[in-house]
Amino acid sequence: MIQFSEQSLAKVNEIVARYPEGKQKSALLPVLHLAQLEFGGWLDVPVMDYVAGLLKIEPIEVYEVASFYSMYNLKPVGKYVFEVCQTGPCMLNGSDDIIDYIRQKLNIGVGETTADGMFTLKTVECLGACGYAPMMQLGKHYREHLTREKVDAIIDECRAKAN
Amino acid sequence: MGKKLLLDKAHIPGIRYYETYRKEGGYRSVEKALKMTPEAVVEEVKKSGLRGRGGAGFPTGMKWSFLAKPEGVPRYLVCNADESEPGTFKDRYLMEFIPHILIEGMIVSSFALGSNTSYIYIRGEYDWVADILEEAIIEARQKGWLGKNIQGSGFDCNIHVQRGAGAYICGEETALLESLEGKRGNPRIKPPFPAVKGLWGCPTVVNNVETLAAVVPIINDGGEAYAQIGVGKSTGTKLISACGNINKPGVYEIDMTISVEEFIFSDEYCGGIPNGKRLKACIPGGSSVPILPANLLLTTAKGEKRLMNYESLSDGGFATGTMMGSGGFIVLDEDQCIVKHTYTLARFYRHESCGQCSPCREGTGWMEKILKKIDSGKGEMSDIDLLWDIQRKIEGNTICPLGDAAAWPVAAAIRHFRDEFEWHVRNPELCLNQNYGLAHYADPIYVPEKV
Repeated sequence: MIQFSEQSLAKVNEIVARYPEGKQKSALLPVLHLAQLEFGGWLDVPVMDYVAGLLKIEPIEVYEVASFYSMYNLKPVGKYVFEVCQTGPCMLNGSDDIIDYIRQKLNIGVGETTADGMFTLKTVECLGACGYAPMMQLGKHYREHLTREKVDAIIDECRAKAN
Repeated sequence: MGKKLLLDKAHIPGIRYYETYRKEGGYRSVEKALKMTPEAVVEEVKKSGLRGRGGAGFPTGMKWSFLAKPEGVPRYLVCNADESEPGTFKDRYLMEFIPHILIEGMIVSSFALGSNTSYIYIRGEYDWVADILEEAIIEARQKGWLGKNIQGSGFDCNIHVQRGAGAYICGEETALLESLEGKRGNPRIKPPFPAVKGLWGCPTVVNNVETLAAVVPIINDGGEAYAQIGVGKSTGTKLISACGNINKPGVYEIDMTISVEEFIFSDEYCGGIPNGKRLKACIPGGSSVPILPANLLLTTAKGEKRLMNYESLSDGGFATGTMMGSGGFIVLDEDQCIVKHTYTLARFYRHESCGQCSPCREGTGWMEKILKKIDSGKGEMSDIDLLWDIQRKIEGNTICPLGDAAAWPVAAAIRHFRDEFEWHVRNPELCLNQNYGLAHYADPIYVPEKV
């Protein structure tokens, strides 16, 4: 059965309390972030149904939101997701080369996950780090001023962390 | 060196935390505002001439004065921290390094508008920045600046941080409100405007991060003092996030009297173009505003030096000018391909279109495909006219300005760089591995004034 941890449930209550009585639907985006973090990095249908029940809204209200926003994964992803920006300012600073390099290095295409389930490569549109291009998001944080060497180091760092 | 009002203390170690921020004079504007009437605070902001810093440049004081005040209905202030316009990263800098200036500005603004609960809607990718804001809010609450009866004034003020989840469209104020209500970010038809029917149907003001932060110096020093900085209707200071092919990318606070030339080439700001390359083009206000070739960027069609302010940047309209926009300043050097760059922007807008309006939903996808076709050497001459035709049919025909934002970059690229598009069509092999070059649009040899 899908169930948030005690700690996450407390967090959900704290989030719902930010809005007026009866407006708990406003908690949907933050609660989906919590769910994605807790239930394996993506939002499976039973997870979304659970969130709907928790916020007393219809499941369809959750699906339509989860499918709208790019940060929610509707398919399983690797343990580490490289989200590389490819919009104008990053492109001017060589993001295409970084994306190609990661593809070769991990032997996967954009949108794919390595066979060991370790890495997923995604291309994303502007993350607001244009002055520190090229860049990618990895979990909570940004990795900026990317070079091939930095990419190598990040991959090593992830592998070391996973072991 | 220009006057700094927002970033003047950015270099002080520990300014992110309350103790240092307070020691450096933080929260004085709240003390001052709480002794004034809300109307008097609005009046100071009107006097300041402050214009919305998110991109539209609408006078903030006027926006505030539109707020409906029906009896017994709560009013809301929402801070737009969804910063997603390509080239723009100024709000992130402000929130990451001086979070308390936003909290302080929001308390004063909440007081002026009568909002007891205010929200900061921040893009979900700025997760760690949202953490910083939440920590700052906790600090401010512990010191009595937030919560019930703040500083014994009888005014209740709470601020909550709401994380988005990856959607450029949520920077549009009505899409933001939809998202804050837990829905898809589909912009609403206006009217009614948020000032009348906003968050949960209540009167709401949505302001950009930088706008709300600017309220702090306005209240501290008075609206008139703020209005004296800058020139004409470009009062106060503006944060510019500079990126692309420049030596010193980053966030700069300018007082809107400096020239574009000085901003790009002086060591105080961008520090010129790397590797001795020349300036080809620039998008000075975020990806939505028209790109300009170097000659028109540095000098207006009238032959005047172009300045970094609202009026000068838009001098000449879209024919020969551009816009201040969000202050996302993107510089392209001589080796950059306009077709490819425009293609990445078209792809961005296709990705970010919410899909409500057909001209935008379909048109952005068509523009992306055609630009990709031309960029990869498979274009035909008729494609250029087709692109022009599509962008024209998107502009002005959508519920929200995303349609215009998607159309303008394509229109400006064709308007000023048509020869480069044509060259791509005529030289399908060459365009895959060679740049078109500077041709006629740049001022190729630039000699800085101050050497």
